[in-house]
Amino acid sequence: MLHKDSYKQHISAQFNAELESVKNHLLEMGGLVEQQIGKAVESLLSRDSGLAEEVIAGDEQVNELEINIDEECSRILARRQPAASDLRLVLAISKVTTDLERIGDEASKIARQAVKAVEEGSSAGSSFVEIRHIGNHVSDMLRRSLDAFARLDVDMAVQTVIADREVDSEYASAMRSLVTFMMEDPRTIGPVLGQMWSLRSLERVGDHASNIAEHVIYLVRGLDVRHVEPDDLVAQVEEHP
Amino acid sequence: MQSHALDIQALKRDKVPAVSPAGPVETSLRMENLNLFYNQNAQALFDINLEIPKQRVTAFIGPSGCGKSSLLRCINRMNDLVDGCRVQGRLLLDNEDVYDRRVDVAALRRRVGMVFQKPNPFPKSIYENVAYGLRIQGINKKRVLDEVVEKSLRAAALWDEVKDRLHESALGMSGGQQQRLVIARTIAVEPEVLLLDEPASALDPISTLKIEELIYELKSRYTIVIVTHNMQQAARVSDMTAFMYMGKLIEYDDTDTLFTNPEQKQTEDYITGRYG
Repeated sequence: MLHKDSYKQHISAQFNAELESVKNHLLEMGGLVEQQIGKAVESLLSRDSGLAEEVIAGDEQVNELEINIDEECSRILARRQPAASDLRLVLAISKVTTDLERIGDEASKIARQAVKAVEEGSSAGSSFVEIRHIGNHVSDMLRRSLDAFARLDVDMAVQTVIADREVDSEYASAMRSLVTFMMEDPRTIGPVLGQMWSLRSLERVGDHASNIAEHVIYLVRGLDVRHVEPDDLVAQVEEHP
Repeated sequence: MQSHALDIQALKRDKVPAVSPAGPVETSLRMENLNLFYNQNAQALFDINLEIPKQRVTAFIGPSGCGKSSLLRCINRMNDLVDGCRVQGRLLLDNEDVYDRRVDVAALRRRVGMVFQKPNPFPKSIYENVAYGLRIQGINKKRVLDEVVEKSLRAAALWDEVKDRLHESALGMSGGQQQRLVIARTIAVEPEVLLLDEPASALDPISTLKIEELIYELKSRYTIVIVTHNMQQAARVSDMTAFMYMGKLIEYDDTDTLFTNPEQKQTEDYITGRYG
């Protein structure tokens, strides 16, 4: 079991500093990705292509952070040969970075849809409510998964994994209503398809946030809960206090 | 924790560690409430309960003075040589108590060979070093000795390096070669258990890797118990790891688990370098 103060008493202060540093960089990347998603959804809803371009440009910084953090992780693995919770920390960080980078990609995709929508001058589709709703939901999941990482909070991580199930069902129902919309008026097929792509991206963000939460559970409890059904997940976490 | 060690072992028995040859795991050594006193007041080991599997590598790790070498020396009764040393509890090798009054210590040490930190070849030829154990058993037939010497040197991954100078002094070999020679000498008498007390700590990294490779090769025939200060070495070579602290067995588990997700905070602190 990992405690919040575990990183304070390393004999090697330098090793401590390296772990602290990579952790801080990860949280910094998390903050940036959170912003990217928020801005991307906003640009889509408010038809703001300037904001969308900002998001597309910002993805480069996300990619750069991913590479830097991975380098830091390999350096620690090569030079320190971390074990136990230190090893799990480095592995978890490396995996969380991958998920964050993918979320960054999804933000860019949404922003590109926003630019396209503005260019085509298509009028607002009916899915804006859903996009706003699911956008808020997955942003919240992402924030909570990063908070859970920063605080080593397993309960919060479990809640985040479970929350993904709601996002999945909201996504399915939004898709159904968009399909109905297209059937009723085939002229909307073009713009609605764009909105479907954006919804799909948001749904993927939820999946990645859920992955991050799973990595937090691995980090704290040493428990690999990937591909575990939510009910079993709760049982497993309770079994391994 | 100590009292649960046997139960954990029972649970783990079916789970063959990834680096092990497949097959059912039998117990080679069993310690039951083992206590060791160096004199009236100094207790070195407290209620050790441990099962060491056959044909696996088991590592003892822990800080200096934690009792890991003392525990290793209990296995072939090296502690008998220390004045005032007393052992309580049971230590079973293949279900026979090593400390039974009827046990012949010389015979026990043939079954349980030991290699120390500093290579200690005899000031004799390479050949005579390996043949020594057989000669003191009264075996002097050249054909038998030749065969055993070659077989042992091959098993110790030394044959190709020394086959042309078998009759030169062992003292002219490098440290790493000397250590492998000592291992060849130990396995020449076909022991069941090999005790390795910091076998690579005086060697350079390449010789260390050769010894580790050798340990991996040898475990298909022998039960190996290794004491090491080098945690990465324990992680690399062993199937099971026991962490000891202040004479007590804190945690005993398969090496994969112990190094990725130990149960005890003390183990976690030690293997991550937070001890002290």
